Amino acid sequence: MYDLKELAKLVRQLENQLITCMRCGMCQAVCPVFAETGRESDVARGKLALLDALIKELFKQPDGVSDRLNHCLLCGSCGANCPSGVKVLDIFIKARAILAGYMGLSPAKRLIFRGVLSHPRSFDRLMEWGASFQGAFIKPADRLLGTSCGRFSFPLANRHFKALASVPFHNLADALDTTGKSGVKVGFFTGCVIDKIFPNIGLSVVRSLKHHEIGIFLPQNQGCCGIPALSSGDTTAFSRLVRHNLEIFSAQKLDYLVTSCATCTSTIKKLWTLMASDFSESEQSQIRTIADKTVDISQFLVDVAGAKQVSASQGNEAQTISYHDPCHLKKSLGISEQPRKLISANPAYRLKEMAEADRCCGCGGSFNLQHYEISSSIGKRKRDNIVATDCTTVATGCPACMLQISDMLSQEGDRIEVKHVIEIYADSLED
Amino acid sequence: MIERALLSEFQKIVGRENVFHEETDLLSYSYDAAVLDQVLPALAMRPVSGEALGQAIRLCNENGLPLTVRGAGTNLSGGTIPNEGGVVILTTALNRIIEINEGDLFAIVEPGVVTAKFAAAVESKGLFYPPDPGSQAVSTLGGNVAENAGGLRGLRYGVTRDYVMGLEFFDPDGELVKAGARTVKCVTGYNLGGLLVGSEGTLGVFNRIILKLIPMPAAKKAMMAVFDDVLKASETVSSIIANRIVPVTLEFMDNFTIRAVEDFSHVGLPTDAAALLLIEVDGHPVQVADDAARVEELCRRMGAMEVRVAETAQERDKVWEARRAALSALSRVRPTTVLEDATVPRSKIPEMIESIEAIARKFDLKIGTFGHAGDGNLHPTILTDRRDAQEWSRVEHAIDAIFEKALELGGTLSGEHGIGIAKSRFMEKETGRGTIAYSRRIKAALDPKNILNPGKIIGG
Repeated sequence: MYDLKELAKLVRQLENQLITCMRCGMCQAVCPVFAETGRESDVARGKLALLDALIKELFKQPDGVSDRLNHCLLCGSCGANCPSGVKVLDIFIKARAILAGYMGLSPAKRLIFRGVLSHPRSFDRLMEWGASFQGAFIKPADRLLGTSCGRFSFPLANRHFKALASVPFHNLADALDTTGKSGVKVGFFTGCVIDKIFPNIGLSVVRSLKHHEIGIFLPQNQGCCGIPALSSGDTTAFSRLVRHNLEIFSAQKLDYLVTSCATCTSTIKKLWTLMASDFSESEQSQIRTIADKTVDISQFLVDVAGAKQVSASQGNEAQTISYHDPCHLKKSLGISEQPRKLISANPAYRLKEMAEADRCCGCGGSFNLQHYEISSSIGKRKRDNIVATDCTTVATGCPACMLQISDMLSQEGDRIEVKHVIEIYADSLED
Repeated sequence: MIERALLSEFQKIVGRENVFHEETDLLSYSYDAAVLDQVLPALAMRPVSGEALGQAIRLCNENGLPLTVRGAGTNLSGGTIPNEGGVVILTTALNRIIEINEGDLFAIVEPGVVTAKFAAAVESKGLFYPPDPGSQAVSTLGGNVAENAGGLRGLRYGVTRDYVMGLEFFDPDGELVKAGARTVKCVTGYNLGGLLVGSEGTLGVFNRIILKLIPMPAAKKAMMAVFDDVLKASETVSSIIANRIVPVTLEFMDNFTIRAVEDFSHVGLPTDAAALLLIEVDGHPVQVADDAARVEELCRRMGAMEVRVAETAQERDKVWEARRAALSALSRVRPTTVLEDATVPRSKIPEMIESIEAIARKFDLKIGTFGHAGDGNLHPTILTDRRDAQEWSRVEHAIDAIFEKALELGGTLSGEHGIGIAKSRFMEKETGRGTIAYSRRIKAALDPKNILNPGKIIGG
């Protein structure tokens, strides 16, 4: 049995934030999960009310609250649309940590986050093995999209997923520590999904930075940004990863830390700082410095490096491309113009906006694994909006969105390529 | 607790996946947007067809279970707070627009259709559904009809009541009752629709609603008038109406609200102004130009320090952005936001505003006032912290004082938020004992077991 008084005390640290919710219910207009289920406990107002009820000790069992809290994409649509400015994501992240700390992590999550993810070298090794053996289990599903599905029936086999790259980015690209004529030097934080599944995004980043004569610090043995652990409430693994990355990057003299993963950018800028009180004072100041320096690659190239828009090729030459706003770029960081400008820097494409470009794709990291049906139903709406533009390529700024969108398009047999905006930009550059 | 056998009967009717009885679900249907204590129901369900809805109601009645219908749960008077041990019936799955008839200018909808989605669907056909309550992005038409919701356009276009041509609703036995028709004129039988509109779920449960549509006005023009004196602003309101101009919106904002909005959204409001009027006229382009010029001239003559006329769509958006931000901006000042809507005849607005300011001083509270000055429906918004028992008691006294004043001025308790449980104890004061007794007899006759949202409006 849980000591609910003790739990109430822990949740009470969120009380001052919880009380700002006036229960107006406007979050119902934008929550992708609520649009599927219509269930109040799926929308921010409902979840906040559940946390409030924990404080008031209205529950017999806290398990249900934890389940409902995890039934969320952490897309931040609610917070971005909240009339009274409730910091919904901050509350949810902290509440997940409190509940997981209190009720314990599942053994599987414990193993994944603490045994594997928080040891970057072992994680890399494990994934490399995976890349060599995966062919025994999966077969190609769609060659254009580069998706695979199961060769035989096993859990997840029906999905059209992107297989692990045969060679991850950290083995394709050498460690770099260069200076450039621009006088600007950036660190490149790769992120797990780009490293292990989309190495071409990493290569495109390096190529683009070199084109603009930017100095690059690209270390090997980078760690995960920590979001999978933190969103499951595992602050131990999260802290380990933050420390690992701080050690690698903080010692360097860098003007910026660029990432091409919207989720990594948002995690470093928003969540490392949110959880900073778990760290020592000197670490806190390192976290603040790194968070201030962290920028999305498109933001860096457009605002700092001066990437220029050009007009699309005339006639039928330019291909139609559409852009999906990742939640972690637009809703979390307010970045939506720069990725579009970066696309417009390649004359081979003409940008055509899709309806609801900033509506969540439904991926939500581990949400997709645990609630695939809802996740893909949300993704289907994104797919329909993409297809309605008649584009041949859809670009976005987050590899997690790319996984989800690839799955959705591949399932329907759509002939549409999924790319990162940096790949589009790098393609336009002359070497 | 609901017995297992009864639970499985409900599951049979609406489907197992549409019956919610987990602790988390019950808790999340225990409140609405009113600042009131939460009450846990025993069961919540989400019927996906009118047939299932009718059967579920009948089963509630047979078992004497109180039932509360809930759309988006945005009610500001506690109308969607259930009774202990009762049933919450969600309309969110009954969300089909059945017909938009362009020839006869009506639409038929299910109760769970979201107001803004409906308005957009109608607009895509060049037609207009004017009622625009503040919660329209999420509120449901069923809830709008049950509360007789208003909005910003009430002055020129009226409220939800003025657009309900017909209703199909279930009585407590689950029998379908039809009221009104698809025709402009209809005097067939009692005006049951008139009785049901604004009945807050106490007399029947809507299955279908027939709504009147009108042509979309061809043009509109917005402006903002700045005043150094609240009295001048409110006299301008009366003067515009007296000059036979009926703007579509005529909104007021006091200095407290202006400062809160400017702090929050930096839209360039004059923070030293005592009051702002935000005005929009619509109609035929020629008439709009003429009305706008006359309103501008009137504002200046009545002593406006400045009149900013929106010349572009962008400038127009800016005018309304300020108004839309009002509640958001105010709600960020303190943890708890109490949004009132006592309404007075519009000639009494200067006096009402003055009284609200005096009440704020007397009870030492922060009150920002904005609202629909054109129709006398102000929203004094009390900014407080409910956890502070001493301050909360002053808030309750201030609310009482606002009601007293509104009634004294010949006004009414609620312009558009409803009575629910928040204001039911004041009902007798406004309407008299005879009215309450008459209303209770109607309720007892139509709902003998008192299962339909009991305790709302008339207490008991």
